[in-house]
Amino acid sequence: MILDSKVPEGPLAEKWTNHKFNLKLVNPANKRKYNIIVVGTGLAGSSAAASLAELGYNVKTFCYQDSARRAHSIAAQGGINASKNYPNDGDSVYRLFYDTIKGGDYRSREANTYRLAEVSSNIIDQCVAQGVPFAREYGGLLDNRSFGGAQVSRTFYARGQTGQQLLLGAYSALNRQIKKGTVQSYTRHEMLDLVTIDGQARGIITRDLVTGAIESHAAHAVILCTGGYGNVFFLSTNAMGCNVTAAWRAHKRGAFFANPCYTQIHPTCIPVTGDHQSKLTLMSESLRNDGRVWVPKTVEMAQRLRKGEIKVADIREEDRDYYLERKYPSFGNLVPRDVASRNAKEMVDEGRGVGKSGVAVYLDFKDAIARLGEDAVRAKYGNLFDMYMQITDENPYKQPMRIYPAVHYTMGGLWVDYNLMTTVPGLYALGECNFSDHGANRLGASALMQGLADGYFVIPYTVGDYLAKLGFGPVDANHPNFEKTRSEVESKVNTLLGLKGKQTVDDIHKKLGHIMWEYCGMARSAEGLTKAKGLIQELRKEFWADVTVLGENEELNQSLEKAGRVADFIELAELMVDDAFNRRESCGGHFRVESQTEEGEAKRDDEEFSFVSAWQYHENAPEELHKEELKFENVVLTQRSYK
Amino acid sequence: MSRFNQLFSSTIGKKLIMSLTGIFLSLFLVVHLVGNLQLFKSDGGLAFNEYAYFMTHFAPIKAISYLLYATFIVHALYSLIITYRNRKARPIAYASYNGAANSTWNSRNMGLLGTIILIFLVTHMSNFWYQYHWGDVPYVEYTTNIQTGETSVRDIPAAEFHDFVKYIEDGSEIMIAKDLYKEVNFSFQSWYLVVFYVLAMVALGFHLAHGFKSAFQTLGFDHNRYAPLIRAIGFWIFGILIPLLFAAMPLYSFFVVNS
Amino acid sequence: MNLTLKVWRQKNENTRGKFHTYEAKDISEDMSFLEMLDVVNDEITRKGEDPIYFDHDCREGICGMCSLYINGRPHGPKEQITTCQLHMRSFHDGQTIVIEPWRAAAFPVLKDLAVDRSAFDRIQQAGGYISVNTGGTPDANIIPIPKVKADEAFNSATCIGCGACVAACKNSSAMLFVGAKVAQFAVLPQGQAERKERAQAMVDQMDKEGFGSCTNTGACEAECPVGISLSNIATLNREYLGAKIIKEVEVH
Repeated sequence: MILDSKVPEGPLAEKWTNHKFNLKLVNPANKRKYNIIVVGTGLAGSSAAASLAELGYNVKTFCYQDSARRAHSIAAQGGINASKNYPNDGDSVYRLFYDTIKGGDYRSREANTYRLAEVSSNIIDQCVAQGVPFAREYGGLLDNRSFGGAQVSRTFYARGQTGQQLLLGAYSALNRQIKKGTVQSYTRHEMLDLVTIDGQARGIITRDLVTGAIESHAAHAVILCTGGYGNVFFLSTNAMGCNVTAAWRAHKRGAFFANPCYTQIHPTCIPVTGDHQSKLTLMSESLRNDGRVWVPKTVEMAQRLRKGEIKVADIREEDRDYYLERKYPSFGNLVPRDVASRNAKEMVDEGRGVGKSGVAVYLDFKDAIARLGEDAVRAKYGNLFDMYMQITDENPYKQPMRIYPAVHYTMGGLWVDYNLMTTVPGLYALGECNFSDHGANRLGASALMQGLADGYFVIPYTVGDYLAKLGFGPVDANHPNFEKTRSEVESKVNTLLGLKGKQTVDDIHKKLGHIMWEYCGMARSAEGLTKAKGLIQELRKEFWADVTVLGENEELNQSLEKAGRVADFIELAELMVDDAFNRRESCGGHFRVESQTEEGEAKRDDEEFSFVSAWQYHENAPEELHKEELKFENVVLTQRSYK
Repeated sequence: MSRFNQLFSSTIGKKLIMSLTGIFLSLFLVVHLVGNLQLFKSDGGLAFNEYAYFMTHFAPIKAISYLLYATFIVHALYSLIITYRNRKARPIAYASYNGAANSTWNSRNMGLLGTIILIFLVTHMSNFWYQYHWGDVPYVEYTTNIQTGETSVRDIPAAEFHDFVKYIEDGSEIMIAKDLYKEVNFSFQSWYLVVFYVLAMVALGFHLAHGFKSAFQTLGFDHNRYAPLIRAIGFWIFGILIPLLFAAMPLYSFFVVNS
Repeated sequence: MNLTLKVWRQKNENTRGKFHTYEAKDISEDMSFLEMLDVVNDEITRKGEDPIYFDHDCREGICGMCSLYINGRPHGPKEQITTCQLHMRSFHDGQTIVIEPWRAAAFPVLKDLAVDRSAFDRIQQAGGYISVNTGGTPDANIIPIPKVKADEAFNSATCIGCGACVAACKNSSAMLFVGAKVAQFAVLPQGQAERKERAQAMVDQMDKEGFGSCTNTGACEAECPVGISLSNIATLNREYLGAKIIKEVEVH
């Protein structure tokens, strides 16, 4: 199968405009004849559902949380990029595009990334109109701050809760449509399978998490906005419920999975304290605007520090190694996330890590507090400092924060074309769920931008094109495929409930997490990945042989929910390892130890690997790799340098 | 449902009624207090008895007094209606409840405090208001020498006289009135009534310490400078000063006048 | 440390619940409260018993899903945090901890410690939005909004919708939640067009859901994990009464 990205012809800057004109339209009066399912109600899902319902389509939304407003987009802290150039510092659509594609280490599609930059300004307009209270200057105009990987200030923010405010904006738009009756909202519902008829997506099977009812929902198009799969690592900054199930089941029904090995490890998270840890907490990247990252210059000093023989304050200025500033003088502490993370790991591996465990580096605000005053620092980062204090019982105003990288975002996801349609006609993937815009590494404040760009400004155009060509007939909800898929789901649920082994689902999940973090985390090698593959295959057997799933289907059953999700994570993990093995270059978040420069920086191989890996699922056969060549007509590929 | 009904059947509308009646009752307390302060005069009750007559016979005040009775009833009635709904809003109570951690005791017990005040009101009305209007209150004659200002007091048996008069004769001002002052001091000979009155005033203090500011909050008054002023007035004047002065009356009567 | 937990167990909405006692052993003070429950659940699961169901998701204090009533207080003994941010260092060895679900007629218990808070969604649906369609909005900087106003709006908008205000209120009133949304839009110029309608519609829905009325005890403000202030309730009262008494607008 040849992957057709459907990127339109013409100059980069005119592609989207021309494409919109060429897309077929559905007559306003006919829109209500079409049903659309949106799975997931984060930024992409809520914005898509609301926008489509405003156009007149009948929309159903599904989320596993008890309210659409709780989707994990809500936890995004730092901000959202847009090329408004309000600060007059030289920003433009092209610069945002360029920074994003460079930040992604030239592994994303030019046209998609350009479109993202192009609609970014509209997002800010839209959100402000909805009443999102962005930070403002005293003059009443919007404030901006800078973020990693950029040398302009283009990030709009609402204190440290930008994701929350944007999601509540989209949620309010969604609520307006629910009241109008154009959106039907299903909360505490989990999508467990995709129904296809003649190879086209025609509905989904869900489980009502409260009653256990397995239900079929038919529609002309299905839009997955189900986020990323970072929880495959068990410990991540994702919410506890974040999972790959919807995307994975769609993958098994024919949707290609692209670049699964591209995972982003966020450099500024609160370090792990023990085995009981259930999740990791992110400290916004914006902290790197004012915080300075360092470790002691010598291993010996770090050791004494860990043992408690000396205190942070005892380490003199000249004995501190501000390694990011030293190695990357022009970007300093604001290097992209992958670079910052890898360097932290390097310091810890050298034995210069800090904290009791030694698996952390310092993020120090001493100079910022001296320069700006404690109040100014509090105004900017107060809520983050409070959170840090709450979790660690340490006061970051008085002593440096301890941070360490943690899994945060997955750039990989379902393969989509320029219209955001997967390889299954009628099935779309938006936001983190797809692979499209961030290449091998995502820049800070770009996830919110992508989720909302896809939902507000892309899908409303592109889905119409598909529907217009479809004709007006209703979807046959009585088609045997619905019953067939439903009973498959039911039997899977029953199989899970029949598992009465000795280990809990979390036991297996933690083991999976260890394997992934160890061998498919910040540094990957052919040897490690081979080992990981074997371990995952064993773990998969262990899961089906020895896990225990309690309770019944007809109740709120966390044990059952988790079991289904972990079973899918195990399958995904194997594909991630395959993909990582296959990509013998280092790019962005994917660092192969075999491929590095003399200075130990990631080394890309554009000759061989300038492609998107799109994996096709086969029943009882290995996944098949399809390559979508990446053509760069507008940017010159260079080895990324933040020095 | 009519618009009007719709407003007053809403939770906020009902609270509006509590707020407005509450503020009116608070204002009444001020007037009542000012009048009752005459009890502290050592004039044998002349000023107090004249004030009592004025309050019960001046037409506009009489009219307001009926409004006042209605206000009491509405305030109490709506508190019942609101409490009923609020109870229904939590059918299963918490097994472990630590209200003290997040709110003041009086704010959570306005109903209890209100009930104490209601019992007090009934007692108070039957003691004085009922007695004054329909009871067997003796009369008193005050003769004040206009030049010297000296006053002599003479009791008049109720059987001999049935009205209020005030006139000037032979350089003296003579006033004959119902002797509520005596009635008051007579009642406060009983120590347990004094104790009850004082306790009721404590309850009133607690009730108003929350109620006064709460009434303004319900009206939506939320000025960054004046709202704290309202809270201060609510606490210091209505929560402490007014109940304190009221409580001082039975104590004064018991310890000073009657001893 | 070792603790005794008294936990409310209830199979579903239609059955009666009761307290069960569990021992939590070897709890580290670095654990969050929910991680402590994970440990207890792990042990229960290994015994083959049904683990305690509680709502949780982001575990970083922002999604508003976690909702436990701990020793008589929503989100436990510490102020301005959610249960997931509460750490075991706030408790001491040998302590007995009573854990209950939010109690309110409008929040029926679904299972154990999880309640149905969809009433909040319905209130938002009644009017918690500004009616703008996607696209066609003016430039974001076209209306300057004074910083103080923007900050005020943010302070209201920061509500995470957890329901602690209802849980804390002795009347199960939702006024703080509703007030926060109404106040956010009442402050902003974008919210003016539907201002009166919004206050009426949201209060009507709030009343329909069976929440109690506000008696201004301030418990909600004290227990709110994100510090939504009582002045939001004053604003709500003002907005609603203004809409009803001074100039009523038809709600559609």
